[in-house]
Amino acid sequence: MTMGNALATASPNRPVPSRSRSRVWRKLRSNPAALAGGIIVLLFIAMAIAAPLIAPYDPNVSSWLTIRKPPTAAHWMGTDDVGRDVLSRLMVGSRASLSAGIVSVAIALLIGVPFGVISGYYGGWMDAVISRVTEAVLACPFLILAIALAAFLGPSLTNAMIAIGISAAPIFARLARGQVLSVKTEDYVQGARAVGCSNLRIILRYILPNIFPPLLVQSTLTVATAIIAEASLSFLGLGQQPPDPSWGSMLNTAKNFITQAPWMAIWPGIAIFVVVFGFNILGDGLRDALDPRDSR
Amino acid sequence: MLAYMARRLAVSIPTLLLISMMVFSLQLLLPGDPALAIAGEERSPEVLAAIREMYHLNDPVPVQYWHWLTGVLSGDMGQSIRSRMPVTELIMTKLPVTLQLATMAMIIALAIGIPAGIVSAVRKGTAWDVGANVVALSGISIPNFWLGIMLIMLVSVQWGLLPASGYASPLEDLSRNLQTMIMPAFVLGTGIAAIMMRHTRSAMLSSLRADYVRTARAKGLSERVVVLRHALRNALIPVVTLGTLQLGELLSGAVLTEQIFTIPGFGKLVVDAVFNRDYAVVQGVVLFTGTAFILMNLLADMLYFLLNPRLRA
Repeated sequence: MTMGNALATASPNRPVPSRSRSRVWRKLRSNPAALAGGIIVLLFIAMAIAAPLIAPYDPNVSSWLTIRKPPTAAHWMGTDDVGRDVLSRLMVGSRASLSAGIVSVAIALLIGVPFGVISGYYGGWMDAVISRVTEAVLACPFLILAIALAAFLGPSLTNAMIAIGISAAPIFARLARGQVLSVKTEDYVQGARAVGCSNLRIILRYILPNIFPPLLVQSTLTVATAIIAEASLSFLGLGQQPPDPSWGSMLNTAKNFITQAPWMAIWPGIAIFVVVFGFNILGDGLRDALDPRDSR
Repeated sequence: MLAYMARRLAVSIPTLLLISMMVFSLQLLLPGDPALAIAGEERSPEVLAAIREMYHLNDPVPVQYWHWLTGVLSGDMGQSIRSRMPVTELIMTKLPVTLQLATMAMIIALAIGIPAGIVSAVRKGTAWDVGANVVALSGISIPNFWLGIMLIMLVSVQWGLLPASGYASPLEDLSRNLQTMIMPAFVLGTGIAAIMMRHTRSAMLSSLRADYVRTARAKGLSERVVVLRHALRNALIPVVTLGTLQLGELLSGAVLTEQIFTIPGFGKLVVDAVFNRDYAVVQGVVLFTGTAFILMNLLADMLYFLLNPRLRA
């Protein structure tokens, strides 16, 4: 492993050499698909942050005069079943959808990574127990488990995020465990142990920075999955609750007006597709850029 | 082979036990008194007392779990509060519908995914490869419930080609059944097709670099024979086993697809149960899918063993 060899001769306080970071950045910049993915993601994040300022109308104010109006100059994406502006709801809804994606993955990382690291680093009975639990959670289909958790916790955006985060945690536990198993035999970890570093210090200082790249790639790809999962839960009525918008809940309402107001269904779906596509190509690009076997 | 399978089965038992614990623990998440949540509208003291007695809610949690587990092991997953039917019976009634949908979706996924993966690998770096990859990535990125809505809008509403809903049993009216199932199966199959395409492409690429393919080319065999008889046959081994593991994806997708096309299957059962606060049904569905996934894992291992001559030797 190139990173391991480089670290064996590098200062023990710099586990990830900056040369490697600049190589990754160079490779990422030279990949047009990854770059496009990054731009898409950044644009959507910017839209979510600025949504209350840039949305042309209040997303929750209805008007009997503008019920189910097709796209016009006044309402670029038309209006919904109670006369609310679809574009404004789409913009403000991006906050729920993106934050659900990011917060769920943060929850999954916070649960999964510590368990995966403990499992891989300490081994023995802890590894056996954590691995079996991981297997058990992974055996339940992601969305069915998230639906069940959201059902028992109660329908709300926060509970949907918790449900998605818990359902995705085993992916990170398994990945972190595998990475720790390969990293812990590296010379720099053995060296740190030989000079008397505590287990906690070895994990925080030498192991975590080196298992970070694959976790970053997986996080990017899981944000995409989590956005779809949140949209699915909201579509089923288990996520964002009315009148606040999210792309999934907008589609939930839109499905009842397919013939009368198709624009209500088209735009939220396109938004989900574009942002998920963006995260997926960014994740693929990151994976290629961080792959040490490909040293182009 | 038998010893290997017995060993794999033995390893699965603790996992199955953990799944049962997890499913049982779901009811501990219910805020407040679970008896109140189960009772719904009927909250008279007699009903609540009967529910507490029936679900052993007055006992400590481990004792409750033990009662629940022994019931599950004897095929009793509780009773639906809504329909008053046993959960096992409900699942078994709805399962054939979802199995038909999943089988049709898998056939569509294989028919699209494998040829696309082969073309993409054989023509690596060309416009075909780029195109197939973009389509596959799009397939993964499109929410299938949205694709369902769009297809209903186009195929059913605009063109009037297929019905948007109105499921009929294949035993009663096969033609109507196929008409109502083909669109949902396509919706469910596209996401899996994208995954299968990516697996096939990656397996084909490593197969095409293998020594036996170089030998086949050196022998002067045509490219068609090299690709289809030598590379594909070996590449299909991991693809077939990975295909069996798509059960989770199929069941997750079925929940939404059945909702969109109002198909009375397993997925609709769980969503209806969620809204009726029919917790025993929700638990039953999660337990059933988890167990089915473990069994499919075993089947995938067995298939891998049977298809790979090196392992058999």
